[in-house]
Parts: sequence; structure tokens; C-alpha cells
Amino acid sequence: MSEAGANASRRDTVVRALERARRAGATQADATLVQSDSHQAKVRGDEIDFVVQAQERQLSIRAMVADGTGLCTAITSTSDLSAKAVDDMAEQTVALARATAPDPHAGLPEQGFAQSIPDLSLCDAADRNVSVEARIEEARRAEQAARAFDERIDNSEGSQASSGFSRIVYGNSAGFVGEYDSASHSLSCEPLARQGDSMRRDYWFTVGRRLADLEDAAGVGRRAAERAIRRLGARRVKTCEVPVIFDAFTAPSLIGHLAACVNGYAVYREASFLATRMGEAIASDMVTVIDDGRLPGGLGSRPFDGEGLPTRRNVIVERGVLASWLLDSYAGRKLGLASTGSGSSGGGVTTTNLWLEPGHQTLEELIGDTARGLLVSELIGMGFNPATGDYSCGAAGVWIEGNELVHPVEEITIASNLTDMLLQIDAVGSELVWRGRSAAPPLRIANMTVAGE
Amino acid sequence: MSAPRDVDPVRTADSSLAFFRDRFDLDDSGLQAALDTALEREVDYADLYFEYSTQDSVSLEEGIVKSGSRHLDQGVGVRALKGERQGYAHSDEISIETARLAAATARTISQQTGGATTAVVRGHGSQPHDLYPVTQAATDLPVERKVELLGAIDCYARGLDSRVKLVMASVVCQHRHVLVAGSDGTLVGDIQPLVRLNIQVIAGKGQRREVGYEGRGGRYELEQLMNPEVWQRMADEAVRVAVLNLDAKPCPAGSMDVVLGPGWPGILLHEAIGHGLEGDFNRKKTSAFSDRLGQRVAAEGVTVVDDGTLPAGRGSINVDDEGTPSRRNILIENGVLVGYLHDRLNARLMGMKPTGNGRRESYAHLPIPRMTNTFMLAGQEDPEDIIRSVKRGLYAVSFGGGQVDITSGKFVFSMSEAYHVEDGRLGAPVKGATLIGNGPDVLTRVTRIGSDLQIDPGVGTCGKDGQGVPVGVGLPTTRVDELTVGGTEG
Repeated sequence: MSEAGANASRRDTVVRALERARRAGATQADATLVQSDSHQAKVRGDEIDFVVQAQERQLSIRAMVADGTGLCTAITSTSDLSAKAVDDMAEQTVALARATAPDPHAGLPEQGFAQSIPDLSLCDAADRNVSVEARIEEARRAEQAARAFDERIDNSEGSQASSGFSRIVYGNSAGFVGEYDSASHSLSCEPLARQGDSMRRDYWFTVGRRLADLEDAAGVGRRAAERAIRRLGARRVKTCEVPVIFDAFTAPSLIGHLAACVNGYAVYREASFLATRMGEAIASDMVTVIDDGRLPGGLGSRPFDGEGLPTRRNVIVERGVLASWLLDSYAGRKLGLASTGSGSSGGGVTTTNLWLEPGHQTLEELIGDTARGLLVSELIGMGFNPATGDYSCGAAGVWIEGNELVHPVEEITIASNLTDMLLQIDAVGSELVWRGRSAAPPLRIANMTVAGE
Repeated sequence: MSAPRDVDPVRTADSSLAFFRDRFDLDDSGLQAALDTALEREVDYADLYFEYSTQDSVSLEEGIVKSGSRHLDQGVGVRALKGERQGYAHSDEISIETARLAAATARTISQQTGGATTAVVRGHGSQPHDLYPVTQAATDLPVERKVELLGAIDCYARGLDSRVKLVMASVVCQHRHVLVAGSDGTLVGDIQPLVRLNIQVIAGKGQRREVGYEGRGGRYELEQLMNPEVWQRMADEAVRVAVLNLDAKPCPAGSMDVVLGPGWPGILLHEAIGHGLEGDFNRKKTSAFSDRLGQRVAAEGVTVVDDGTLPAGRGSINVDDEGTPSRRNILIENGVLVGYLHDRLNARLMGMKPTGNGRRESYAHLPIPRMTNTFMLAGQEDPEDIIRSVKRGLYAVSFGGGQVDITSGKFVFSMSEAYHVEDGRLGAPVKGATLIGNGPDVLTRVTRIGSDLQIDPGVGTCGKDGQGVPVGVGLPTTRVDELTVGGTEG
């Protein structure tokens, strides 16, 4: 089938699903079709570990049926896109919706659907020709660079390269139909370092919308090796309270926790410790957090959200003050507010490109400005409770004594409460590197409990 | 698919084969043709994995069932193995033609022309056991019955305590047909039911909010969870924990003696020991347990097994996703490391036998060594005596998730219900916190093992290489000395 023919067929499938749902009795409906091609390969040592190639399609249908006080909702999905399967699924969706209860807040957005589909540079047409062999070669280069970096690097979990291309088509019964292409390419390396009986691993990766955005393969391997070597000889420290610096690798997790607490669903359920704090100073005035769905080439960018609304820039925290929730139309209605264009397909809220505005100090300056404390380079576990803000995570990193890094640390935990942590951010670094859908520069929290021996 | 089935083991396997034959025209000669396509290059082994899976869920919040969902996943994955290499291709269209196309892609990991080996598909496969016979797929039950169940739960839970602010409940059902055909003649099918009920409660006092959660499930009839005695006890628990934590005190920080309650705290074993014993990490020698077979890794009296054959267990499987029958594997026997968990590839490369642990999330994933139900066998001691033995420490009853770095052996798991212990007596509840330890030596500090082994209620999902699979864990009341507790009070 020609490319134009394939586009028409994907659009037709979405329109067909909406029409079938309407005929079956849906008052409102929307549908999303995602079609993707991907390959991933791993090289370990000199040998290919695996090569995986795939083509996938999925159609999701949401139907809403009016019943007295509100709309009854159901969602279905299928990877069988035959006309019969689509028709059956649309009818099943409506039947399922009739079994649920009417919700006065349910429904599509009333208005404001994306008028145009801006090109956000989410895909480079030239990259479609990349062969799996070429990506295997990159993984090989990363793997070789890591192993050649130091004689103590004598093993690995391997180096992995992947490329994926998707076409997303969304349509709804309000008449909106939009579609766009997106791509993602990545390269990662996970070497092991050995010294005597001690063996430690670490990793490094690069990810982007275009192959040209990726870091050099050999550089990825060397950086991964350097990080693994740095872990050798790690030890525990005595339980204490000290300043903690999160590096650019671990700091994004903190704004991820913050995002979970400004998610409109957590707010209306009062399952967020921030639920009653809108407009208040919840963080140090060094903290400005933004979620922007339209950064060109951004890994979280998309021209419209899961409900067809245009994505936009939302300032969540402005110089320490809580400024906005993240909302889809449902959570917006629950809170008496408009959607922030943060809807995910099928209901719910998602972040897009989320970041903390950088400050002016380098990581070296942050360390040099810390008499005694901990630099955290890896977090392990999910020890955050959004309802209370309580925070307790496993960590590894480097100990700081006399304003310099002295020895690697592991098998410790760091704990506090996000309420205090946000207010106690007393330094924000300048390095902001995107390595996913969220980014934050290195930052220091004035005081946390470190548990160890 | 909805018709009641006979529950005889051989017939269960047959009925899955018949399902794919009738619905997708997958006959023996077609399967053989697809395998032959893979074998046109010189490969050690090739297999086909077909899956047809239905999942539905109904969820309630704020007293109303706000949404129902239904998802259909189907596809075929074809794999070719050559030395340490694996080629894999998958498609969401089930047919012999797509399987042949995928086979032609998967075989490209081998450069040499093959053809010497010919796949012989046996007429029938059979399973050694039938661990989870159900008479009706839970996904076929009328949705109205699930809606009714959630409504009753909501009413009951809200009436339990005036501090309950919000009740969320959901029922999730999955019914999965799989078929594995291998170039050694393996041909086996399975039908895997899975049900789960979740109850989550938010309790409040002033500005403070706490969440309580209770889940239960397994490979059995949904009717079991519809029994009021079952869901009322679950709601009681969710409310009790949420309300209890409203008064929880800050958790201590530092190294201390911890008594783990029975059941779900077995997540300790899953993280500290289980992952490190998976065959892939040990073949690659990247695990902290590499080359340690025969060595002491736990205190005397500690025996840990991974058992895929617990009847109706969430982590149980009749056969793994490579067609190998599940079994009970001893990992640690009286403190000594005696076994690894294997899939076909890693067993072959290590000169060992597959152990029935080659699992995958779906047809879109390669099988890798995974746990099933991992637990420690019971000891002799009275659980009450174990708590009484602690001078100063914690009693941890309930946990959230965990994680491990298999190379360094460092692992974490997070408490969600715990109490101070002072002079052998239970004290105030403490806030949730993360515990951290070192896998290869944490079990050497097990000092007391209770007689009360419990398997968790059926809520675990294990993630590895981006794949989630249902698992179980279990533990008797166990005292572990000198665990690092990540609280805030120094």
C-alpha cells in the first residue's frame, strides 16, 4: 500500500470506529490508533545478544452514553484492526458503557480542539532508512569503548540500540481528527567493573527524536565505564543528617514526584499533600518547574493531547509558588478549572516535557560549596508517598568531606518529606540535559537523614 | 471461548490448541512450515509463540462505577537461537503467513544456510498438571455482576469509619490462551486465567491524609473474590491500615533488628536472592551470586524455593512460555546455594537443565528467566516469641515494592505498615520507609524462623527488562538482624 493509502486507511479506521459507536448509541466517543515499527538490538562483548523487530498496531475506543445526570463511560482496545473486529469492539464499548454509572463530570472537552498541527520535529524522515545493522554497529562501538576504557572493565550486561517510529491518529465525535508521526532512538551501555572480589555495574544512555540528536556511541561507552569504575570501593557511612546533592541523573526524579502531586486526579481525590496549597510558597524561590508539550524535538512533545486539545506551556511552580495543576478536561471539571492540555489517551493526566529551570553553578561548584555531605548518583526503590510527601529511598553516590569528593558510598538510604525538601533546596546547578521526558539540573537540599551503619 | 471446559489436564492443553486451530487455522503442517522457514538458516533452535488474551476491568471511585474497560491482545512471536544470539520478530496478526514472515526476519541472526534440521511438530502436546482449572472465563462474566460487587464494597468500606474520605475499588480479569511450538517437537498450549480485586482507601484527619490498600487475586474463579467474607475482610484491612497510619510516628533511621511478618514481606527473598539467581545473570557472570553454587549464603535452617506449581497461585504456570513444565526448584537448602532459575537458552549455555522459568510478558517479548512463587519454608518458632526476642527494633507487616542491583547485590523494599518494638513489646505504628540490604549476606543474619509460612494474597507483579509478569512470594515470620532502616529519626 502507498504511504498516502496507508494514511487514509488509518484515518478511515478511526472514523469507522466513531461512526459504529455512534450508531450503537454512543452520545460521545473518541478513538486513537497507534501504529509502530521498531527494532532493537543488544551487543555483549563481541557477540550479538539479540535482535528484535516488530510491527504493532492498536486501536483504542472510548464511548460515552448519556443517562440522566451524566455520561456512562467505557474504554476498549484491540490489536485486531479488521473491519469486523473494529465494528464488534465499537459495539462492545457502548454495551460496556451502559453497564457503568453516569458521571456528571465525564465527557469530551466542550471546545478548544487543536486548530493546526505544528511540526514539532518529532521525527526525521531520513532516519526511516536506518538499518538494524547500522544500529548494531553503534552498540558495538559503545561496548568496545567501555571495555577498552580501563582494564578493570572486564564484563558487561551489554549495549543496546533501539529505533522506533509511530504514527498516532486521534479522532472524536466533536469532529476533531488529527495525526502526527513521532520517533525515538536510543543507545545504552551497561558495563561491569571488577577489583578483587568486588564487582559493580553502572550505565549511561542517550535518547532522542532524531539519530543526529544522540551522543556519540564511543562517548556513551566511556561515560558508562567511568561511572562503573567510580563505584569500586564503595562503603556505607554512619547514620547522620547532612546536605544532599542530587546530580543531573537523579534530580529529575524529584520533579517527577512533584508532578505526581499536582496531577489533577490526585488533587481532587485529596491524595496529594499539595491538594490545599495552590498559590502558596511550597518550595525555595530558586525553584521554577515547567511542563511544556511543544518543545521542538522534545521526548514528551506532541501537537495535541489525548483529548485533541492543543498542548502548551504550563508553569507548575514559579519561584517557589505553586502556580498550576496538570489537568485533563475531567479533572478540570472536578476542580472547576479548564484543562491544561495534559490529557492522556483514554483518560488521565500525563506530563510532557517537564523541567526545573537551571541556576548558575556547575556541579563542581556545588560540591566545592559543601563542607560535608552526600552526592547522590543513583536512587533505588520507589519510596515516595504522594499523600503525605514522605520520602525514603535507597541511594548510592559519593561522600563529600572538606568540600571535595572523597569516596563512593552505597547501601544507604536518604529520607525526609517532600514538603521540607522543596523548601530546603538551597542551590540549583546550571547543567540541564534532556535524557527523557523530564530534566533537572543538579540541586542541593540543605538537610536530609542518611541512614547507614 | 465462553463454553464450560473439561478440566482434565490433557484436555486443557488440547482445548488451547483447538482454540488456535479453530479460530486462526493454525494446523500442524502450517506450524511446521513456519518453523521450517526459521530453520532455512543454521540455528540451534527456533520456536513460535502465539497468544490471544482478553483483559477487562471495572473501577469504582466516589461511589460510582466510573468506567469499564476491555482489551484484546493477540499476536505471534518467532524466535531463532544460534549460540548466544537470539533473533526475534513479532506481529499482532495471527496467521501462518505472518509467522513465516516473522521467521524469515528472526533467522537473520545466523548467516549460514541451514536445512539439515527439520522441525517435527507432534500431533499433540500435554501438560504434566492442571493447576488452575476454571469452568468459566472471568472475562465472560456479565459486567453487571462486577459492578454490583464494587458497589457493595464501597457501601461497606465507607460505613467502617468516619475518617474514610474516599474508596476506590477495581476488579481486573484476564484470560490468556497461549501456544508454543518448538523445533524440537514441542507443541503445548495453556489457558491462563487471572483475577484480582483491589481496594484502596484514603482516610483523613485534619489536613493529614493516608492511603490504605488491600489486594487479592490468583488463577481462580472470580466467584471466590465475590464471597462477602473475602471482600469484607479486605475492606476491613484497607481501612484499618489507612486509619492506623494517620497516627504513625516518624520511622527511625539506621541499622536495627527487624521482624518481618508472614506473607507479602517475602518480597525480601524476591529482591535479595531471587533475581540474583536468575540464569541469564549467572551465565553472564554479572550476578553477585555468580559461581557461588554449593556455598553458604544464608543461615542454617533457611530453605528457599521457587515453586511454579502452587495450585491457583498468581505466580503459577502449567508450562512456562517456552513450553517447559513448571516445577518446584530449591534455590537455597539449609543455608547453602543449590540452584538457579533457567530458561532454555541460559540452561543450554551453562550445561544445565531448563527449570520451567522461561517467561515473557506477551508475544511482543523474548522469554527470559523469571521467578514464579518464591518463598522460605517454615521453621519451628512461635511468631509471638520472635517478636518477644527483640530488644529494640521494628516489626514490619506490610510492604510496597522493592528493587535490586543484581551485580552489587544491594536491594531495597518499602514498608507500608510497621511498629516499634521495645523490650519485646509492640509499640506505636511508624511511617513507611525503605529498608536496604546486601543480598548475598542478608540471609546469613536470619536468626529466627517462624512456623507460620504464608504465601502473599496474590498481588505481585515483577518487572525485568521492561517486562512485567505475575509472581507470588511467601515468608514465615522471620527475624533479620542489622537491616538498614531508612527513616528520618537519627
